[in-house]
Amino acid sequence: MVSVLERDSELRRRAWDAAASVVDPEIPVLTIADLGVLRDVVVDGDHVEVAITPTYSGCPAMNMIALEIEIALERAGFHHPTVRTVLSPAWTTDWMSEEGRQKLRAYGIAPPQAASSRRALFGAQAVACPQCGSENTELLSEFGSTSCKALWRCRSCREPFDYFKCH
Amino acid sequence: MATANIEVSETPLVLYALRRADDALILGHRLSEWCGHAPMLEEDMALSNIALDLIGQARELYSYAAKAEGGDNDEDKLAYLRDVRQYRNLLLVEQPNGDFAQTLVRQFFYSAFADLYWRAMMTSRDTTLAAIAAKSEKESAYHLRHASEWLIRLGDGTDESHARAQAAIDHLWAFTGEMFAVDDGARGLIHAGIAVDPGPLRGRWLQTITDVVSEATLVLPQNDWMQQGGRAGRHSEHLGHLLSELQSIQRTFPGLTW
Repeated sequence: MVSVLERDSELRRRAWDAAASVVDPEIPVLTIADLGVLRDVVVDGDHVEVAITPTYSGCPAMNMIALEIEIALERAGFHHPTVRTVLSPAWTTDWMSEEGRQKLRAYGIAPPQAASSRRALFGAQAVACPQCGSENTELLSEFGSTSCKALWRCRSCREPFDYFKCH
Repeated sequence: MATANIEVSETPLVLYALRRADDALILGHRLSEWCGHAPMLEEDMALSNIALDLIGQARELYSYAAKAEGGDNDEDKLAYLRDVRQYRNLLLVEQPNGDFAQTLVRQFFYSAFADLYWRAMMTSRDTTLAAIAAKSEKESAYHLRHASEWLIRLGDGTDESHARAQAAIDHLWAFTGEMFAVDDGARGLIHAGIAVDPGPLRGRWLQTITDVVSEATLVLPQNDWMQQGGRAGRHSEHLGHLLSELQSIQRTFPGLTW
């Protein structure tokens, strides 16, 4: 006989796995669990509530991610799930999993570097090229193709690349 | 226009959130006007990215203002259904883009202020405001760096870029004093530990500004007469034109959604 507690924890695990399977629409190799955007899943009876923390204030992917979470949970058999946005504590790239960082690099995006200062002028950072590994790189633009990325270029292999900004 | 303006019960807290939200929305809208027109592709993306951050901040603050008001208003109504006199933003952020130097100097003055302001607001006793500040502070740090680096490039660049950057500083300087002004309503919130007192931030702001401006081989104006009025709804003629564009869809098709 399965106790209520076991049933609830099994339900929560299933709900978590469903929500955690949602990927970032702009960086499809990363799930929202890799990103650290998925903060909590609460099962209350038959109802599921998922808490997410936005990356950047104006990131348009957040609406898409919330919708995808609802769809994933409906597919997993949880009806009318809700998605709650939690602002505090603010999202930081420190929440990105090690696996997420490796996936990013393999995808051609340099992962965030924790030690870099957001206030130092003219590139006090050194970012390694995700293609060839060289640290002989330069910043082209602080703002890249999405809110979370900057545009860099490798002076060794001459390839431009995205850098996931430290945040 | 077709749709009537909403009424807003401006308690000190609602007004406080609206002022912050209006600054972010109006500056974000100004920057979005560069989309497709910036001097180079990277800069087009940069200005649009900063605009997105600011509009994101505005959304959080409008939602909070609507909640604090406790009536039927929401973030969209606050943005789309208030007229010029109901807007509470700084005169600085509504000034036209002008040339690239004028846009960058406006951004520089505001970002240097916002960066200090959000950092101070992170310790607000109001947990929502503190959370919004913690998020916005990370963004303003990048915005300030972007504007500072450009100001140094322009000032310490060619004769032409130097002259334009100096002209932009001279033109916009009189709009900076308003950032540090406090009225009675805000003073109560400051004493309660909810609002930030901008007065003590001015020294550090001036230090940041002075450092970058002198590295850019530019100078700050000596005159200290400052233009004010935006916080009380007395705006320059530019805001009405901006709002007519920003609000035209909602005013023409009331309640339209995506």
